[in-house]
Amino acid sequence: MAAPFDLKDDSVVVVIGTGAGGGVLANELAQKGVSVVALEAGGRYLPEDYVNDEWESFGQLAWLEPRTTSGDWRVAKDFSGLPAWIVKAVGGTSIHWAGASLRFQEHEWKARTTYGNVPGANLLDWPIDGAEMAPWYEKAEAKLGVTRTGDRPGLPGNNNYKVLEAGAKALGYKEVSTGRMAINSIDYDERMPCQQTGFCFQGCKWGAKWSSAYTDIPRGEATGNLEVRDRCHVLRIEHGDDGRVTGVVYADRDGVEQFQAAKVVCVAGNSIESPRLLLNSASSMFPDGLANSSGQVGRNYMRHTTGSVYAVFPEPVRMWRGTTMAGIVQDEARHDPSRGFVGGYEFETLSLGLPFMAAFLDPGAWGREFTSALDGYENMAGLWIVGEDMPQETNRVTLNTEVKDDFGMPVPNVNFDDHPNDVAMRNHAYGRGEALYRAVGATRVFPTPPYPSTHNLGTNRMSENPRDGVVNAHGQSHDVPNLFVSDGSQFTSGAAENPTLTIVALAIRQADHIASELAKGNI
Amino acid sequence: MTSHPRTRGLTRRALLSHAVATVATVTVGANFICAPDAAWALEVTVLKPETMATLILMARDIYPHDRLGDEYYAAAVKGYDAAEEAEAVEAGIAALDAAAAGAGYAAYAAVPWEADRVAILRGMEASPFFQKVRGGLVTGLYNQKEVWPLFGYEGESYSKGGYIKRGFDDIAWL
Repeated sequence: MAAPFDLKDDSVVVVIGTGAGGGVLANELAQKGVSVVALEAGGRYLPEDYVNDEWESFGQLAWLEPRTTSGDWRVAKDFSGLPAWIVKAVGGTSIHWAGASLRFQEHEWKARTTYGNVPGANLLDWPIDGAEMAPWYEKAEAKLGVTRTGDRPGLPGNNNYKVLEAGAKALGYKEVSTGRMAINSIDYDERMPCQQTGFCFQGCKWGAKWSSAYTDIPRGEATGNLEVRDRCHVLRIEHGDDGRVTGVVYADRDGVEQFQAAKVVCVAGNSIESPRLLLNSASSMFPDGLANSSGQVGRNYMRHTTGSVYAVFPEPVRMWRGTTMAGIVQDEARHDPSRGFVGGYEFETLSLGLPFMAAFLDPGAWGREFTSALDGYENMAGLWIVGEDMPQETNRVTLNTEVKDDFGMPVPNVNFDDHPNDVAMRNHAYGRGEALYRAVGATRVFPTPPYPSTHNLGTNRMSENPRDGVVNAHGQSHDVPNLFVSDGSQFTSGAAENPTLTIVALAIRQADHIASELAKGNI
Repeated sequence: MTSHPRTRGLTRRALLSHAVATVATVTVGANFICAPDAAWALEVTVLKPETMATLILMARDIYPHDRLGDEYYAAAVKGYDAAEEAEAVEAGIAALDAAAAGAGYAAYAAVPWEADRVAILRGMEASPFFQKVRGGLVTGLYNQKEVWPLFGYEGESYSKGGYIKRGFDDIAWL
């Protein structure tokens, strides 16, 4: 049967969410002839709709449904209703991401084995490794057109990169480049090369950066096997007496509840909404939430150990010009416990426009110490720290039954406390970042606190043993055989790398598995 | 006529504050405040002109940028001149003036040194009024496209073809 599909059609795979995970999965399944209904809470926005304006774009794209926060992280104080900066739109956060596309390092698949017993951390090895993932990474890199992989050249470096590179080399760092980016350096896959416009976070108006919004989604739809229903917010997943899921209840664009039957349900709503949906799908058979016999749904929430270092120089930098994440230093990404922490971190250039710099440089600060920093805006360079944070059982997404959304569903609460390893890593990175910029003449340096989370991971994690996690090595629920998790929430550990490439590689691999199992009649 | 009220007595501090006339805005007529050189003016319909003048000074003291004229601060806070805001704003500014009086000044706007005004603001930093004004300024001030060039920020670039041919890598001092 061709799309559109009937609500009662129980032969379809329902994919919830259309970002890097769900959008890719939906297209890959459709290409294999599988019938797919993708339900997306947000609307459709394409490059012609994106705006080069930080606050206007935020209003257009950001997920702004009510959420609450708790824990000792500064986000809970400064942005108590905005734990994460992610997107509500067809294409999800693949519209907003910066494009850094890095494979995990081999040891990062074995976090528990490599790092040992870190007190307070709920570390676990992945049930897959680099050898298993290598061919899927290759497919993902080809799909995204990742620079410096295959025969694709690197991007040119902008001013912000040149400052980073000079500082890094002055410190003796060797692994410094304009990185592996899902931003075209040449024409590739019907997308044009980067025009160094900036505003990567606001959606690439040239389509030079990969996003599922204008690649996988329309290509999947073109097969006739994929129907994307936008502005459809899934409220809960239903199951039968046999414990298998039967379909999903969603509020359509008019707010009317609908039931879409399904043969398989794949959850890809990002690491806050995905566990929330499973918890909100509790029933008499599954009183603690769907797929939650381990009790791990919502736990082990990771957000990477982040922070920024901005520095002011005597002369202009104009860091906003060109690719936002224009280059990387990878020398600190190794695991070297002599630094006082396990795991590693990357330095990646970052810039914010003046409006967001005012909001995020030192939230809540005022007076001349703050404003004199902004007076140096034109002379600023900036980098972002992204490092592996420790999974902790108490860092978790729970249902806040005191606060309900427009549909009467409990909203998610995101609780996060830094682990001592996270603090040690961040402080090390602040120190090295400051040294890097001082080495090229910075006169003032700002160790800037983490922003609302963009990398949200781990809340439905993969595990070999059903006791330790929510899904198996294919993202399939340990408890419910026709329920899959297809986003970053299936990450067993966070690694030091930006997660999107791994999310895409896992989605391609999962599509292969689901199509194969459907063909064999196994699910 | 300056906007700050007459002093109650000629203490040394009050004499100084009166003499230096710190407020850069001027109330003209019943409902207007404007720059001393009349480069801009703001009509108030609900708030007292003195209240708006103090609010503008408070805004500058929270986020002082010497290269920004008062008109940008005025634009950032003019939304408080509304029926639903007036009561809280008049009360907030009255509290600010009371704090200034407690420190020996005729009014907040009569405190000559920024550092002394900031000390008064620090004392009420936790108040909902202060936090509302400060929080509103983050977007009210810095999201005015007119202020961006004064910081060197160039804003939208897509319509100009990005920076691929306009200096994305033109740094020369490294």
